[in-house]
Order: sequence, then structure tokens, then C-alpha cells
Amino acid sequence: MAENQRILVCAGTGCASSGALPIIDVLNNEIKRQGLEKTVSVVGTGCQGFCEKGPTLVIEPQQILYTRVTEEDVAEIIEQEFIKGERVERLLLVDQATQKPVSSMGDIRFFAKQHRIVLHNCGVIDPKKIEEYTARDGYKGIVKALKGMSPEEVMEEVKKSGLRGRGGAGFPTGLKWGFCRQTPSDKKYIICNADEGDPGAFMDRSVLEGDPHSVIEGMLIGAYAIGADEGYVYCRAEYPLAIKHLGIAIKQAEEAGYLGDNILGSGFNFHLKIFEGAGAFVCGEETALMASIEGKRGMPRVRPPFPAVSGLWGKPTNINNVETWSNIPHILRNGAEWYGQFGTEKSKGTKIFALTGKVNNTGLVEVPMGTTLREIIFDIGDGIQGGKKFKAVQIGGPSGGCLPEDMLDLAVDYDTLTQAGAMVGSGGLVIMDETTCMVDIARYFLNFSKKESCGKCTPCREGTTRMYEILDRITKGEGKEEDLDTLENLAITIKETSLCGLGQFAPSPILATLKYFRHEYEAHIHDHKCPAHNCTALLSYSIDVEKCKMCSLCAKNCPTNCISGDKKTNTPYVIDEEKCIKCGTCIEKCKFGAVTRA
Amino acid sequence: MEWLTLTIDGREVSVPKGTTVLDACRMNNIPIPTLCHAPELTSAGACRLCVVQIEGMRNLPPSCVTQATQGMKVETQNPKVRNARKVILELLVANHPLDCMTCQKMGDCSLAEYAYDYGVTGEVYQGEKRNLPIDSGNPFILRDQNKCILCGKCIKACSEIQGKSILDFSHRGFDTQVGPAFNLPYNESDCDFCGSCVSVCPVGALVEKQMVGKGRPWEVSKVQTTCPFCGVGCNFDLNVKDGKVIGVTSNPDAPVNGKALCVKGRFGMDMIYSDNRVTTPLIRKDGVLVPAEWDEALDLIATKLGEIKKTYGPNSIAALSSAHCTNEENYLMQKFMRAVIGTNNIDHCART
Repeated sequence: MAENQRILVCAGTGCASSGALPIIDVLNNEIKRQGLEKTVSVVGTGCQGFCEKGPTLVIEPQQILYTRVTEEDVAEIIEQEFIKGERVERLLLVDQATQKPVSSMGDIRFFAKQHRIVLHNCGVIDPKKIEEYTARDGYKGIVKALKGMSPEEVMEEVKKSGLRGRGGAGFPTGLKWGFCRQTPSDKKYIICNADEGDPGAFMDRSVLEGDPHSVIEGMLIGAYAIGADEGYVYCRAEYPLAIKHLGIAIKQAEEAGYLGDNILGSGFNFHLKIFEGAGAFVCGEETALMASIEGKRGMPRVRPPFPAVSGLWGKPTNINNVETWSNIPHILRNGAEWYGQFGTEKSKGTKIFALTGKVNNTGLVEVPMGTTLREIIFDIGDGIQGGKKFKAVQIGGPSGGCLPEDMLDLAVDYDTLTQAGAMVGSGGLVIMDETTCMVDIARYFLNFSKKESCGKCTPCREGTTRMYEILDRITKGEGKEEDLDTLENLAITIKETSLCGLGQFAPSPILATLKYFRHEYEAHIHDHKCPAHNCTALLSYSIDVEKCKMCSLCAKNCPTNCISGDKKTNTPYVIDEEKCIKCGTCIEKCKFGAVTRA
Repeated sequence: MEWLTLTIDGREVSVPKGTTVLDACRMNNIPIPTLCHAPELTSAGACRLCVVQIEGMRNLPPSCVTQATQGMKVETQNPKVRNARKVILELLVANHPLDCMTCQKMGDCSLAEYAYDYGVTGEVYQGEKRNLPIDSGNPFILRDQNKCILCGKCIKACSEIQGKSILDFSHRGFDTQVGPAFNLPYNESDCDFCGSCVSVCPVGALVEKQMVGKGRPWEVSKVQTTCPFCGVGCNFDLNVKDGKVIGVTSNPDAPVNGKALCVKGRFGMDMIYSDNRVTTPLIRKDGVLVPAEWDEALDLIATKLGEIKKTYGPNSIAALSSAHCTNEENYLMQKFMRAVIGTNNIDHCART
């Protein structure tokens, strides 16, 4: 039996809500009970990425992954793994292609094609312990910068690496730093934007929860290069675990001399604070974010002046998001050339995606830029759930677009996706199958955008509501002939005249679905049909007399009593469409497939 | 001064460096519609109605917050720009009551003017409309939030002209409103009722309550005058219909005060036609105040003051001067007390 084995239990928000935290206690008790406490230890880590299969745990050093673990499974896992040296097969992941259980992480498609730079420590270390971070080369980047590099050299290294902002727009990070550095001022700020708000995106939360020191180190390096001595992490209050872990990490970094005055005897000072945002999506926009820190209403303002010239409290300010900052220590430690080997010519490095929707493996994945959508969805994601047909991938959240099947071989990088009418955005990837209605999807995202509009500029405030209303009408079968032209004209105007990114990109889900799935809109409007059989108002249910055995189960279960028929008198069962509320209960209850939905 | 040359709608124009595209257009009589812009307020760039197309720039930038640069090529009237403005106006009108016939602002409403210019009907985007209560709990300002287009000028006027910051946005997106904290009615807030907000409102959301139903803009002649209430010398326009003053509005060209006025100057005009107004000197005779001629009144005052001074000395007389008077009148008053009466017993209501 190997010495010093570790059980890494994912204690990120996803697994914690699936019940991971009590498992840690049960594991510790069981290890003690079986007398293994000298050789086996338990570590609560940050997100391991495989959220949908949570709670997950990994046995080290063998790298065995167990999924959907419950408290009841613990005794068996301990006994099998550490006494008998065998696997608990029923808790292993089943590969959808081979239908066989896979135990080693290296053999699991979800992990095999990933390349983890930012997530290097997530799910591997205890994020509450600075020594675990330093043991994996943590803080070596800032030490290298402070001991042997001038701020200009640090900036040059970041420029050379080709890193672009991971918050969505993909602006070159080194160039952005340069603007702030050039502005003369007695005081400069740097900010970490941790106001992650795209529905379904949770990479920033996971990095803060699972590897908070990497963000602190990235900001230290940035502050040194830019000449800032104070920083804020603007984190939404809905991320309590991220805020807790970051708070612990800041305290530890201060105690270790990485934060504060005269850091490592270099004369460089940097103080870092956490600011909790109240959850407005628009506060992810940098001018709204700064207004929020200043105690004002979170509303964007026109630029220029750009934050690099006049930002927080009117001082030059540089803002990057969590993932961007977290890349920096790796670039400093390993050099720009090393970093440049990943990704494409214009989009370097890796990108984390939150893979969700109708795909077999959902969770957090980090892949080199330039990986194709097909690789992400069909290799890492292991294909579509239930063997259904792929229809579209929504990329980039409410500001992004939907791409159809014939674009699956597109390389995921900033420029290719923008050209295709989508965007990398913060990295949400929602996979849709044939049962997803594209008009309904556009409606869903518009509902989000209209609720999150700050209300400052006319096109976004009034326009997102009107776009939503038109889409809502279409999904209810009340679409009018002129709706598509009206919608398109409105969408383009909002895109071209809105004040901030939220408004400018709010129409993207509509413009992309109109471009690639116009026929679905037309089917709703002209034929009053939803091709995906999703929009309730456009469905009609009927009973096939040939297949019906007159068992009356449908009629008995119908909540509105709209199905009538009688076996005794041989009266066929029929659905009264006037009364039908299209709940689908009859289809579920029928054992003979006699009820059809069209 | 450094000058820049740019091309607007194919015409070369020169403007001083630091000029916005909007100002460059207006200096050259090129019309640009604006709702949230006011020269005396900082620009928010919020209504987006002033968008133009500029060569090399992404999207349609708002001219009010875009600086003119050397060699810039601007188009202000091409179909793309006009279409964008029309969409924005349709969006505003779709969420605006169309009771123009009875609206006090009719004839002076920027939204109506531009809607007419751009052929806006309000029929394109049918849907949800606001339905908020009307704030009429104070004697001065009638506030109908359903007519508000959320340009934010009232907010800026309150903070930048009056320095009170009573108003701000609340709620979000489509539900956004403007109002005092907690959306209290004006009379329950800390509002001074200076009416600066009313003076900048481009629509009928904020109107002078006293003028409601008293006259239409085209029936009213505006007479510029100096406010009689104090010595500051604010100018404003008396709104006169059929020889009768129906109210006061700011005169943006007022040299002393611009659009700023106080509650008395803007809303205190009802005293002109008050029955209680004293129109002649009054002398108390046998316990009753009787109208008198000025000569008689002044003679009486001079005699009495002389008698008192002679009998009891100059320091037995004191005078309290008024903020209602001009600086010159106040100066004369103190000179009279010191030189004629011979006392330093002179004070002023604004000092106490």
C-alpha cells in the first residue's frame, strides 16, 4: 500500500451543494475507524470541474475519480481503495462511447483533452493553505519580478506572451497595462473584476474558490508593472465561498509578506481589498464597476476618458478579470515563449469554458485557444445526452450567439468567433439539441438582458423590452409578418447605438439565431409551428385511433378532463383542443405511444 | 487657440480644439436632435438621439460626447443615422402617453418636435407601458413620471445647478424611474422647489403647476425681466398672455443666473394679482390705516424722525433693510442712517 495517499474531495460550490461537505467529515471518521490516518489524508479542494457528476473525489497519487459519491459510499470506498486495493466500480464514470467504466483521470475524455494552466491548482490543493500554493511554485512569479526585473520588463513579458483579456472583449492585456502605466499620477489602482454574471458561467468563481492566491499573485505582478499600490477585487456577494477563500488568502499573503508595505524588502507596496457587489450584471462593465466601488449607482458612463486615464476616484486604473489575472503568474514563472506555445497566432494560451446544456459531460474545462467546438462538445463533453441530435451551441452568454452544426469545426478563438457572429465572451458554452427551440432561446437571453439593463440609455432600456415582447409573441404563435423586419432593424439599431457593452451585445442572440435559424422563426410565424416541439402554445396533441387501446389512462390523468372516450361503447378517445392546456401528461402516461405531439 | 478642420455632411468646417461634434454641428447650423444634452449640464450621452456616423469609428457614436478631431468625417443625416434616430424615437414614444392635446408641454415638447420631424407614429412597438402615479402634492411642480423619458437632465440640474442632489434614478431597465430618495413625493423630500428640474425637462414630465391650463406656448409672449425679490438680479421670462402674467420660465441667456432661479423667483408671481397687495402708502389715523399720497407719507416720516432725533438722540433710531431691495438701495439706506440720522443702528434681514 502506497504511503501518503490523499483523497481530494471537491468542496467547490457545485459539489458542496450536492452534499460534498458532510462527506469530508465521514471520510475522516472512516479513515480513523479503519486505522488509516497515518497513510491517508483528506483534502477539501476547489472545483475539480466535473460539477454535473458531483460530489466528486480523486484518490491520489493513482488519480482515480469517483463520481456522485454519497455519505453511504464512503466506508466502501475506503475499504476497497486502501485495504483491498480495488475499485468501487459502480461509482466510476461510464464512457458514453464504449459504455465502460473508466477509473483513471488520464483516460477520462473530459480531462484527457484539457490543458490546465489557470486551473492548474483547482481541485488539487487546499485553497485555504498558502503553503499548498507555494509548494506548487506559487509566488515564484512575483519573486522573480521583484528580484530581477524592472516594471518595464514585466510589462514587456506580458505583452510578448500575447495574453488577451479573458473577460470577453479580448483586448491585449500588456497593451492595456501600458496605457495605465503611461498616465502620470501620484496614485493608481488595479481592480480584479470578479463580477461574473453570465448565466451558466462560473470559471471565475471556481478560480477564486479553488486557487485564490493565483489571483493575488497576478495582481501583485500587475501592480508592480503598472505602478499601482492599491487594488480591489470586485466580487459579487452571491459568491460567499469565493469571498471567504479570497479573504483567507489575502490575510495569509499579508502575514507571509507578499501583501503590504515593502514587499519582500523590495520597497514595493501593494494593498488589496475585497469589495462585494450587489449582483447587478452591468457592474461587470468597468465604468459601472468603478461607480459601484465609489458608492454610486452601478451605471456605465461614456468613455473616454478611459479608466487608464481617469478611473476609480478619478485616478488611473487598470481592470482585468479573474481568469486574466490568474494567467499572469504562469507567464512570469515560465516565460512568454512558453505561454505562446499554447493557442493560435492571435489568441494565445488557454481558455476556460463552462460547458453546460444537453451534453453528457458538463462542467469546467480549460482548453488551448483554437480547439474546435467539435472537440469540446464531442470529445471533452462526450456528445449529446440521450443520443439526441446536436442543434446549436450558444457561446458567450447573453452577449454571444448561437452557432449551428456546420460551424462545429470552427476554432475557438477571439477573432474566429466574432467573425461568425458569436464571441468568446466570458466562456459560457450551452449545448442545445434538437428539442431546443432557437426562438425560445433568444427569448430566454433577452429576458435576462432586459432585466439586467441599467436603464441609462434609451436603446437598451426600451429596446431590450420590445425585442423580448416580439420574441414572446412569436413563441406564442402571435407573430406577425412584419415582426422579423422590425426585430432585425431594432436589433441592429440597439447594437449600434447603445452606450455600453451590455446594450451593444444584447441583440446578439437574436442576430445570430436570425442568421442561422431563420427558418425556425418563419415556421413559428407563418405555419404556427415550433419545429422543436418546444413552444407550448404552438403544440397540438392528438390520439392515434390505430394505436389507442382505450385503456383510459390518459383521460384519468388529464388535469383538465379534456380527453373523452369509452371502451364499452367503442367511442374512440379524443382530445378537446379547446380545453387542452398542453401539459403533456397524456403522452407521458400512454403506454402504447398513441398520443402524438405536433 | 488651436483650430481643427473636419468635414460634416461633406462640408468643411473649422472649430476650436476641445469642441464636441454636436457643438461643431450647431456652430455651423447643422441640426442634431438631442434630449439629454443641455449646454449648462455635464453630458451623460444617455438618450443616444444625437448619434452620427463617423468614418473609422465603430457603431454610431453620440455626437454630444464625441470630441471633434482634425480631419474627422462626420455624417449627420444619412439614412442609417436617421433610421437609428427614428428607432430610438419610436421606442420613447411607445412608452409615452399620447395625450398631447391636453398636455401642458404641447408646442414646447422636444419629443413631439423630433417625432414629427422623423415621422414617428408610436405604433411600431406595442407593448408594456408604465403606469405610475402622478405627483401633485405640492403647489409648484406637477410631476407625471409616465411622460418621463429618463434623459436624466433633472437629476443633473438638481445636483449641478442647485447643488441639492434630491433626484436620482431608481429601479432598473424598463422599470427605471427618476425621483427623490425612496420615491417620495417632492413635498416630502428635501426639495427646495427651485424648479431647475422643470426648466430642463424636455417633455411634460415636470411642468409649472400654476401655468397648467393657463395658456399654450404660442399664445404666450415672453418678457425678459429682473426678479424683484432680492438684490441678486436674476433674469427670467415673464410668460404673458392677454396682458396678464401667467407664470415664470427660465431664460437660458440670463447673464447672472442662467436657468437657475429660487422658489420665490420662479413660483412667487401670484402676488402680482393678490388682493392683499398694498398699492399706496397707508397712514394710521384714529386707529385706522388710511390710504395717503406719497408726499404726505414722506413728510410725516421726515417730521417724526426729526422729532425723535431731537428729543431722544440719533441712537434712539434704528433701521432694518431688506433683501427685497437692490444692493444700491441697501447702500443708500445705510448712508441715510449714518449721514442723515447719525447712527450706526442699521442692519439687514439677510444678516440676522
